[in-house]
Parts: sequence; structure tokens; C-alpha cells
Amino acid sequence: MQAGKITMRGLVSYYLDNIEKQKMLNAFLEVWAEEALLAAERVEQKIKNGTAGKLAGMVIGLKDNICYKGHCVSASSKILDGFQSVYSATVVEKLLAEDAIIIGRLNCDEFAMGASNENSAFGRVLNAANHDHVSGGSSGGAAVAVQADLCLAALGSDTGGSVRQPAAFCGVYGLKPTYGRVSRYGLIAYASSFDQIGPLTASISDMQLIMQVIAGKDLNDATTSAQPVPNFTTCMPRLKAKIAVMKEGLYHNGVDAEVKKAVEETIEKLKTNGHQVEEISFPLLDVLVPVYYVLTTAEASSNLSRFSGLMYGYRSPQAKDLEDTYKKSRSEGFGPEVKRRIMLGTFVLSAGFFDAYYSKAQQVRRLVRETTNHIFEKFDFILLPTTPTPAFKAGEKSKDPIAMYLADIFTVHANIAGNPAVSIPCGTHSNGLPMGVQLMSKNFTEAELLAFANTL
Amino acid sequence: MDISNELIDKLADLAKLEFNGEEKEHIKNDLSRILTFIDKLNEIDTNGVEPLIFMSDAVNVLREDEVKQTITKEEALQNAPKKDSDYFRVPKFLDK
Repeated sequence: MQAGKITMRGLVSYYLDNIEKQKMLNAFLEVWAEEALLAAERVEQKIKNGTAGKLAGMVIGLKDNICYKGHCVSASSKILDGFQSVYSATVVEKLLAEDAIIIGRLNCDEFAMGASNENSAFGRVLNAANHDHVSGGSSGGAAVAVQADLCLAALGSDTGGSVRQPAAFCGVYGLKPTYGRVSRYGLIAYASSFDQIGPLTASISDMQLIMQVIAGKDLNDATTSAQPVPNFTTCMPRLKAKIAVMKEGLYHNGVDAEVKKAVEETIEKLKTNGHQVEEISFPLLDVLVPVYYVLTTAEASSNLSRFSGLMYGYRSPQAKDLEDTYKKSRSEGFGPEVKRRIMLGTFVLSAGFFDAYYSKAQQVRRLVRETTNHIFEKFDFILLPTTPTPAFKAGEKSKDPIAMYLADIFTVHANIAGNPAVSIPCGTHSNGLPMGVQLMSKNFTEAELLAFANTL
Repeated sequence: MDISNELIDKLADLAKLEFNGEEKEHIKNDLSRILTFIDKLNEIDTNGVEPLIFMSDAVNVLREDEVKQTITKEEALQNAPKKDSDYFRVPKFLDK
């Protein structure tokens, strides 16, 4: 670009053309074409003047649960169809301040609840590697947009794997930062003690640039950490790293043979490069998904109580009185999976069941975090497949919530414990679909994690 | 775990949702299966373990309580399904 061979306008037009050509993928819910072209001219001028920000030239899509003032955001739900943000998320302000160009909003599972993007009120997202297969979810549109070159990078949100799992299914990079590393202000909440915004990119270097910009303390999100943000681009990879491989994960009977082989090849490569790899035991693996569902549904049932049909969003025309307005607006506005999770969350928080389910899950959450911290006293990274299998066929799991929940078995760990984790593309399955491996690291060591991931 | 119709009705009322006919059978089935699945938690001994409630190690994150306008009245009303120039309009909720 600096040589004057490509222009910003040309770059944005390139992505707009791709979006149009690949419309059947259903990755974008809305494209802000004119605005992006205008921004391109503004950024181009800044580049010429030498005043451009760190992300000048980056064309970025936003998952449809990240607010951008004056633009629609719906969490892929009928209940928010037509809703316009009245303020911008902190991450959006930060991207714009560094001259990123935001090109549109991306399809996802309704309220980020799902692992296949089949729960969107606006249709599923097609995996660009094979249209019969799912994109993964919940940030399915974000993953496919990067996979199909519809934008350079995307921001998603990850509550139990919603950035990393679709990234693995689509052959792109996906990062869930440490809890508190990136502000959640302006992210439509699903489960507030699990949610983190994270980037999906085609390269580690793009991810480093984006993290450099979006990480850090935010006065509008009291759970963000005051830990200083390191320099992501100058961080050097560890030369002799200690890597733990969870036996219960790698040898789990649900893991596809080729996925297992891909991880084993990664292990061999790590050893050849002089790193120490050791198998460890993590007996809590089988209770991670149960812990996740008890706690996230509890938080969701509370977070989603704000959708009342009164002040914004869908109001049922059928309703007669106030109580009826709440019930009908919510019942008609929310999809089946969202209602299922609200009901489960209401159950685990209700009198008589609170201690047996909610408190119990919080206790196990502490055990998971302590056990994880203990592993990181001896090791730098934990290595696992990101997902047990490559992207499954559309419709294959949509009738069975538990089979769908188990698609997250290796990713929920990082959200339960709070740690950062990245999914790295790891070859292609004989069925033609991408695979991914996941590296998890100590809290607030994203810079080292990404530098190391870049050596794989 | 067996889920009764009464329990579904009670939870639906608390959650301000409605399930009728076939939907009710579905949610009953789903909840029952999910609860059997999460019963795995009982295999873990948590005697004497404090529940983990806050993910951050920070204590008492305080700030000055300053009066600031973040959105205008017009913006607040902008997305209302029913409104007049000053207020959200809601259905009647008091009987005379």
C-alpha cells in the first residue's frame, strides 16, 4: 500500500466484491458498504499524511453482539431485530481510533448460545470449506468471514469456545484473552463471568496488532485488569518451553483419529524444536461442560431478564396486560436454545436447587482454577485439540443439546479458569475440513502465547 | 431427574416465558436430560471448598461518583416499541 500499488478504497471494494460473491455463506447480517468506502478515503489520506493509526488498512467485521453507535445490533435474535446501538463498545472505539475500517456485522448463534451457528434467527452460516457443514459457533459468521476472505479480521466473543471452536472449524486463528484483559463494555452479555471479546484472524501478526489495540483497563468495565499491556509485536517466543498435554483430552474416546494424529504431529514438532512435552492427568475434564452449563445459564437467565418488551426490542402485539407483555414478547422473541438456557438457569438459581447446582458448580469452578494454576506452576502451555472433531454436518446435532454441548469440551476450560487460549490451524482432515490445536497459557500472558503460537 | 408440569410452570413464570402443548413436552424432556448430564458434578468431592464467585483478583475497584450524561433522552427512547415524546408507553397494569 505504501508503494501506492493498492489503495484503501480498492481494498475495501475487494472485500465488498467477495462478500457479494459469497453471499450464500450468510456470514454477514449487514454490510456497511458506503460508510466503509468513505472511511477508506479518510484512512488513505491519513496514510499519505503519515498520521495513520496502528490498524490503518485493516478491514474488520464485528460479531452481531458488539455495539457500534448508530448501527443495528441484534445478537442474531428476533427480540432485538431493528435495534440500533446508542453507544459503541470500548473495543469499537479503540479500533476506530487506530483507523481500522469496520465493514459490517456478522451472523452468530442467538445471544452467542450455540456451537454451530444454527441457533441464529437469521439462518445458519455455511462453512466455506464445505457448505453442507457448519461454521461452528457461536462466532460462526466471524470465522467464515475470515476463512472466505470477506474481511481481514473479525472480533467475536468467547464464553465457552465461541471464538476458538469456529476458528478451528474454519481454519483460522482465534483467541480468547484472559478474563479481564479486554473490556466487555458494549458487548451484549451472555454470561458475564465467562465472556471475553477476542479476535479471529488469518495470521498471528494481525492478532498481535489487534490485541495491542483492544487490550487494557477500561473505566466502563470494572472487571478489566490494570495489568500493563505488553508489547505484542516485540515479544519473543520461548526457546525451551514446557508443554503439558492432557491425557484425558488427547485419548478421549470422542476425539477423531485424524485430529488426534494432527495433535501428535504437533507434539513431535515441538520436541524436535527443543521443547519439553509431557503428558499430565486432568481428572476434572468430564465435569467441565456440566460446570459451564450450570453457571453460564444461571448468569444468562439474569442477564436476559432485561429483554422485557418495554423499553427496546420486540413487543408482542398479542399481549393484553403488563405480565402478558413480558411473557409473550419473550416467548415469541427468543429462540428455543435461548429459552432452554434461561429455563435451566432459572432452575439452578431457584430456591431448593441453588446449593445443589449453582453453589456446587461454583465450588467445582474453584477446583478447576486451582488445578489449572497448579499445572501452570510447572508448565508454560497446555496443548489440546481445539475440538474433538472437524466441523460436523448441519442438522447433525441440532436435535440433541447434549451432543452439541460436548463440541465445547476442550474449550470451556479456559473460560471456567479464566486463562487465555488460542486456536491454531493444524492441517486439513481427509474429509477436506480444517482442524485446529489449542494452546492455553498463564493469565495475562497473551503476548507470549501468540509469539509461541507463531512458531507452530 | 423427573421434571413435573408444575415445576415447568413455576420456572416459566419466574423466567417470564410461556410453553404450550408440544413445546412444554420438549422443554420437560430437554431439562430432564440436561439435569441428568450435569449430575456428574456430584462425583466431585467439594467438601470445604469455597464457591468461586469473582474471577478478578482485584478488590474494591472504586471511582469517583460523577454525574455524567452518557445518552440523551431521545437516544433512550429511540428503540422503544411504544413511546410518546417523553415516556415509554406500556400496557395498563393497574385495575381501577
